[in-house]
Amino acid sequence: MTSNPRSNAARCLWVGVVVLAAVMMFDSAVHDLLAQNPFGGPRPGPAAEPQVGGFVGWLLAKQSEFYREMSATIRAAKSDGSAVWTLLAISFAYGIFHAAGPGHGKAVISSYLVANQETARRGIVLSFASALLQSLVAVVVVGICAWLLNATAKTMCGAEKGIEIASYALIAAFGARLVWTKGGGFMRALQAPRPEPALAVVHHHHDHGHHHHSDHDHHHRDDDHHGHDDHVHDEHCGHSHGLTPDQLAGPGGWRRGLGTIFAVGLRPCSGAILVLVFALAQGLFWAGIAATFAMGIGTAITVAAIAMLSVSARSVAQRLSAGRDGGGTLIMRGIEFGAAGLVLLFGLGLLFGYLAAERVTCL
Amino acid sequence: MRAALRWGLALLVASGVALGAATAEAHPHVWITAKSELIYAADGTITGVRHAWTFDDMFSTYALQGIEAKVKGAYSREELASLAQTNVESLKEFRFFTFAKADGKKENFLEPVDYFLEFKDSALTLHFTLPVKTPFKAKQLVLEVFDHEFFIDFKYADRDPVKLVGAPTDCKMQFQRPNDGTASAQKLGEQNFSGGGSNFGMMFANKITVDCP
Repeated sequence: MTSNPRSNAARCLWVGVVVLAAVMMFDSAVHDLLAQNPFGGPRPGPAAEPQVGGFVGWLLAKQSEFYREMSATIRAAKSDGSAVWTLLAISFAYGIFHAAGPGHGKAVISSYLVANQETARRGIVLSFASALLQSLVAVVVVGICAWLLNATAKTMCGAEKGIEIASYALIAAFGARLVWTKGGGFMRALQAPRPEPALAVVHHHHDHGHHHHSDHDHHHRDDDHHGHDDHVHDEHCGHSHGLTPDQLAGPGGWRRGLGTIFAVGLRPCSGAILVLVFALAQGLFWAGIAATFAMGIGTAITVAAIAMLSVSARSVAQRLSAGRDGGGTLIMRGIEFGAAGLVLLFGLGLLFGYLAAERVTCL
Repeated sequence: MRAALRWGLALLVASGVALGAATAEAHPHVWITAKSELIYAADGTITGVRHAWTFDDMFSTYALQGIEAKVKGAYSREELASLAQTNVESLKEFRFFTFAKADGKKENFLEPVDYFLEFKDSALTLHFTLPVKTPFKAKQLVLEVFDHEFFIDFKYADRDPVKLVGAPTDCKMQFQRPNDGTASAQKLGEQNFSGGGSNFGMMFANKITVDCP
């Protein structure tokens, strides 16, 4: 029994480390984003530093290049049909580069994949579905607002803002649900004793012997043995290992997946809206639609690649912790819980303006 | 304990991937070619900044969506008045992307006046004047124009980007473009100003410095 308080303390320490790491990372993320707060005036602080040079700077330059070529190509397509192919190629490349930059969609999808123990294949499907939904929403918004109703940019931007808020609220709600589900698994993993690995089996026996069976030991040896076994399986192991991955990713998984698709894919990309309106004004709305979906496919490829990364990172973590019986479970449940928490924090952060997403074009 | 370290590392990797994607910023969707004038009163105080911002082809078209013109493709100032109103109202949230410091002290601007839109060569130009809250004199005025989210890329015109209007004759103006490796920044760099805190976020900032002894 004396070992219990100590392992409790160790567990607490671990949870502390996990939480601290998560908080620190979230903080630095928020910090970077807060540096852009329009109300804070210009803040050319060090936070802006890594964003400009190197890889990100290159990404920005490439995106701008492709994006700027789009308007000229759409104009060219008015007289020369073959320019549409160029437009599609540019849009596709733009999508790839655009998604490689920052964006909440990737973060939410990646966190969800980690939290919900999703497979790589489902990660790819989710990435494509949400990117294509995003394209579809852009087409529908411009199709209804600009093409059907001939509304002004101001009206359109109002619609975009509404959709944006709905999308963020969805992410938050979705994250809250994940936290609720994953919190259960994490708590069970926490409550389960974490035996010292070498002594694990002995410890179990010892414990039970003391508490439940010592009185009966001499009288019902056979019965006792059975009872002991049952006891271990029903209550002890069940608790200490939590649910198996299969159980957790079981029914409802796809519904949750749909939740991600909607939460992430609802908010259209500002670039797509601009391109669509521009194409509409040139009398080439269909070319704009094609370009938007080309962008979406490009985006999906990059998001899927990032999703793969996080799924592999998760399985690396799983493999590293696999050797440890109870502790490994605790770590994995902790990671899932943390990832679920991230989805919730992203949603809340975006909803309340602590996280800056790509601005809606309202000028 | 080594295993514990490894778990920690694995955790960091997993959440790092999830989070790494969330940091950093957008890329420009709107390009503005700017011209600015610094307005001085007769007594040498600075009273305001007059901007003329020309939007790129795509954004101009976007902004004109749903706005009717009597003559197709020729929008009059009146027809664009409500859009100009929308523009200045929206820009307020971003403090008009104009940030002034007089001898190191931040100066504030009032609501814009004399604002209107002009449509020429399929591009919209927004004209507006930002009066300073209280006209001031400064040995050194630093005016920066940029969007720190970099959603809008401000590029000053090649010809006459910045003008001083009615400034005392001994005032000297320097204009520094965003330090993107283009030559202009280096050319002006020879006259280094004392401020040691020239830093990286200035990458996207257009910096106007006026020294009046």
